[in-house]
Order: sequence, then C-alpha cells, then structure tokens
Amino acid sequence: MSKVSTTQDIEIRDTAANMAAADELTDVQGEKMVLNMGPSHPATHGVLRLRLEMDGEIITKAEPDVGYLHRGDEKIAENMTYNQFLPYTDRLDYLAPLANNVHYVLAVEKLLGITDDLPERCQYIRTICCELARVSAHLLGLGAFAMDTGAFTVFLHTFTEREKIYCLIEALTGARFTTSYTRVGGLSRDLPEGWLDELSKFLDEVKINFDETETLLTRNPIFLERTQDVGIITREEAIDFGLSGPNLRGSGVEHDVRKAQPYMIYDRFDFDVPVGTTGDCYDRYAVRILEMRESVKILRQCIADIPGGPINVDDGKIVLPPTEKVMTNMEELIHQFMLVTQGQDAPVGEIYFGAENPKGELGFYIHSLGGGTPHRLKIRAPSFVNLSILSQLLPGHMIADVVAILGSLDFVMGECDR
Amino acid sequence: MAIKVQRVKLSLWERLFIPALWNGFKVTLSHFLSFKKSKVYEEKNKNNKFKATLSYPEELWTVPPGFRGAPYLVSDQDAATKCVSCQLCEFVCPPKAIRITPPGEAGETAHREGAEKMPKEFEIDMLRCIFCGYCEEVCPEEAIYLAKDYYEGYDKNMMRRDYALTGSNREEMIFDKDKLLERGGTHHDRIKKWEKKTADAKAQEMFPVEDKSKKERE
Ligand code: SF4
Ligand code: SF4
Repeated sequence: MSKVSTTQDIEIRDTAANMAAADELTDVQGEKMVLNMGPSHPATHGVLRLRLEMDGEIITKAEPDVGYLHRGDEKIAENMTYNQFLPYTDRLDYLAPLANNVHYVLAVEKLLGITDDLPERCQYIRTICCELARVSAHLLGLGAFAMDTGAFTVFLHTFTEREKIYCLIEALTGARFTTSYTRVGGLSRDLPEGWLDELSKFLDEVKINFDETETLLTRNPIFLERTQDVGIITREEAIDFGLSGPNLRGSGVEHDVRKAQPYMIYDRFDFDVPVGTTGDCYDRYAVRILEMRESVKILRQCIADIPGGPINVDDGKIVLPPTEKVMTNMEELIHQFMLVTQGQDAPVGEIYFGAENPKGELGFYIHSLGGGTPHRLKIRAPSFVNLSILSQLLPGHMIADVVAILGSLDFVMGECDR
Repeated sequence: MAIKVQRVKLSLWERLFIPALWNGFKVTLSHFLSFKKSKVYEEKNKNNKFKATLSYPEELWTVPPGFRGAPYLVSDQDAATKCVSCQLCEFVCPPKAIRITPPGEAGETAHREGAEKMPKEFEIDMLRCIFCGYCEEVCPEEAIYLAKDYYEGYDKNMMRRDYALTGSNREEMIFDKDKLLERGGTHHDRIKKWEKKTADAKAQEMFPVEDKSKKERE
C-alpha cells in the first residue's frame, strides 16, 4: 500500500537547505506539480508566463516564457526613417516613454555624428525628461511592488503622484502616454510657459510622497518579512546575468551608465548612486526610493541652470525647418520634402548607444548601410535581460515569494518582448 | 559617489505591528482629512470636486494647449480646402493611417487661385492613427492639424457622442474628406502662400497654373 505521508517542517529562509529538503521530499510526497503563472496574472505585470515546477509550495524549477507582446519593433524599424520610428519607442518601456524617446534619438545622433552640436537648452530639457520619466517609472514600480506584497495604500498614493507627472507631460508633449517628444537633432516643441514652475511645485509635493511611502513600508514588519532575505541576487550573479539598473545596484555593484559613461550633460550634475548591500528584494526597493530622491536633486539643478536659446540643431538636413519658412521659401520647402521622404542621410557604419533607463541600461544598436533607414536596429531591453535571472533565482523559494521577487525586479513586458 | 542603503533592524516594539498600524492610519487619515489640492496645475483643477479624482463626465478634463487629439483637415477663410494633395503626410504617417487619392490629370483643380491640386479623396483611419502629430508637423500648407478633440464641440445633451472618437463599427471610424473638413473647421490662413505666389507670378507675367477653377465657377 502507499506510504503514509508525514508532515515535515521546512526552513524557508535558506535557499540551499530548501532545495535539499525539497529533493528529499520528492520520494515521500510523490510527483511534482507544474504550475502556470501568467500570462495574465496580476502579479506578472503584463504578459509574462512562468512555468513553475513545484514541490508542495517550493519551486524546484522555473522557466520564464516571454514573447506574448511581441510586435516586431526591430523589423518595423528597418522599413522607416529614423524619425518615423520614434513613436514606436514610446511603446517599449511604456512606463517611461520620455526616456525611451531621448535615448533613441541620442543613438541616432551618435550615428549621424551630431552629438556635440546639440544646443544646451535641448540637452537640459532632455535631461529633465529622462529624470521625470525615472521618477514616474519608479513610483509605479514601487506602488505595484508594495501592492503585490499586500500594501495597497502605497499604490494609490504613488499613483496620485504619477497623475501630476502625467499632467506635466501632457502640457509638455501634447499626450499623456505616447509622448513622441524628441526628434533627431532636437525636440518637437519647446517648454510651455510656466512649465518649470509647475515642475518645481511638483518636486516639492513628491518629496512628501516619498516620505509617506517610507513611513508605510521601510519599517513595516510585514513588508520586511516578505522582502528581506528573499530573492537574494549576489554580486557575482548580478554581473554574470548582465543585470542593469536598480536590480544590479541592489546587489551592491556601483554601476550607473550616467556615471560610468556620462552622456548628455550628466557629468555636470551632483548626484549619488545608491547601492544595496545584500541584493534582496528589500535592497532593490530601497535603491529605487533613493534613486528617486537623487532624480529630484538632478531636476532641481536642471531647473536652476537651464539656459535659453534654440532647441534644435541648426541644420536643414537633420531637423525640419520652421513652418513659416517652409511656406514662404523654396529652399526650406525642398529641405522639408527631402527630409520627410528620405530621412537623415546617415553614414555607413554601426554604433551602439546605451543609456540609463529607469529599468536598466536601454541600448540601441544601429547598423546603417547609409541612407535614411537603418539596415538593422537592435534594442537591448533591460527588462528582457533582467528577467533572464528568474530561472536561477526562483528555485528554492515559496510561491508567495515569486510575487515579491517579480515586483522587486520591476520589469515591463512591452520592452521585454518589443 | 555611492551611497549605501540602510538595512533596518526592528525593535521588539516595532515587531508588534503596532507602530506599523499606527503609521498606516496616520497616512490614510492625513489624506482623508485634508482637502488641500495639489499645487501642480492648480488653476486647471480648481473646479474639481475631489482632491485627486474627477467625476467624469460631469466634470471635464481641461486639456492643455498643444494637446494632440484627432487629426482633421482645415479650410481657409474662403472655405477652400487648404490641402494641396502633396501626400507628404500620407508618406510620413508611421502606422499608415492616411490614404489620399490625388485628383489625377482631369480632376478638379484647387479652389484657391494659384494652388494646383486638391485631394479627390482623403481618408484617415482613426483606428490606425496613433495621434503622433507627424502629419501636422510635415504639412507644408498647414492644412492638417491635431484638434483638441477631447472637449471641442462638447454638447452636454449629446454627451459628446458627436465629437468624441467613438463608433460602432470599423467603417464608421474611417473619416473621409468631408467629415474631416467639417470637423476641422476654418483656420485663418496667416501666411496666404498662394495669394502671394500668384501675385508674384502675375508681377512677372507668368502664371503658375491656368486658373481653371475660377472659370468654372463663373
Ligand atoms: S497623427 Fe500620426 S498617426 Fe495620426 S494621421 Fe497623423 S501622422 Fe498618421
Ligand atoms: S494635408 Fe498637408 S501634407 Fe497632407 S497632402 Fe495635404 S498639404 Fe500635403
């Protein structure tokens, strides 16, 4: 007859011991179960599917399955001019479309070799865009993470704050979500009047929100119980798997593209890079909170220093001429038609440009055979790389920890599947 | 410079959940009892009843200038279509939402003196359009623009059925030239490009286009 199953205590803290215990248990408790988590599960933040092999409550094997949101962005890019592809970058990391816009055009500008010609004002506005996007993305990341671990209040308050950011973005770009703000060689429009004042009002208010979030989470025993020493990524693992962004820094690696390879004008600002010590979910949370505070610092410096002047490169072959001129002058009209139909004439060559997006290093690799369209455009999506660690990280954890780990990794499937 | 995050160690008192509960209530109550609205875009939110939410559709969202709504065609002060069927917007549109049928050789000429062409048919598929604003940006005639469709033409009784981008089937969402022109309305032509061009040409005694349309109208 069958064996009578016995109850055994399982030490849930230590990953290695868990694994050993799970192996022993196999004989006693019979077969393992395969559990499908996602693709439409609220804790998977979109359409991530996890195939979990479970032994009781303990995961023995995890396979992330991605691609449910694949739209073929990279292929689409091959068939259009550089500017035309810009709206598609909104839809990569859709929680920080402004940052995607900026980093994409920076990559194209690197290919065209006009990085140094960009006007000061343009660079400042782009920096503001990037940092605002970072604050907004982290607010959502933290809110969703807190909600996944059972703290619903945080989510509501961070969303109220995000709403203000969307008001600002709407006034700046004309759309709340699909910003399409930057253009190769400049921006689509200048800052609206009084926008910087609104921004500084927002910065005052968002500080209060950070404090509230910390009040609610940082010393909350339930939150600590669910995050501390859960999902530990060691320094070596983080580097081996090519993690980037807050997930890498949570493991104690001090690497921020803004500091390591300063692009735009980041070398002018005074800000710190927060790093974690253990690499568990709690550290990743704490790094994000601190990072937002640093972003606010950068934004304040931008507001103080922003100069006047033009926002576009002064070159009719790269930026569309002003409409008044197009309507009155022949030369500008020709430029307009040439630029729209042919695109910027890029040199033959290949470049890679990586920049610090809220989720990690967002990179664009462009291979050009000359002309206005890329021959190949590869997007290095940080979320995709960050998710690759799941099959290493999850085994040994309980199913409830998966939710906390996924929340702390803060990924976006739009970017992962692109 | 790197800053290390703080690891917290809870005291026994804190581990009893009481301070955490108290903190939670504190934050919630402070929000519950305060009616102070955000200072960000205060002006815009001053008529809203609630602090953070909007009771739509009784209360309406104030759309900022420069908002990118649906793209519509424009007529000038003489009620003539401004579009000259150059097809630049059709070319640039990233999702290919615009379809223009040019008039062809024997087609109708433009209503405006001097301007050569006018589209025979102009369709925008509002289901494909992503409201990126590229068409407005590239148009050399200022003939197409992104309306602030969110509230323009709002009619309380109709609950904006008339102007919001809604439809019950796909065909309804493909807007043709008449519909686009009707919704786009009239924009004053500030540059008067073609008037100027014709005047210049006349001064030089060469006519860019034979003025067929005028004859037809006579
Ligand atoms: S707004 Fe963009 S997507 Fe819509 S019709 Fe114009 S160019 Fe096409
Ligand atoms: S709307 Fe403007 S860009 Fe489009 S065809 Fe007409 S004139 Fe050309």
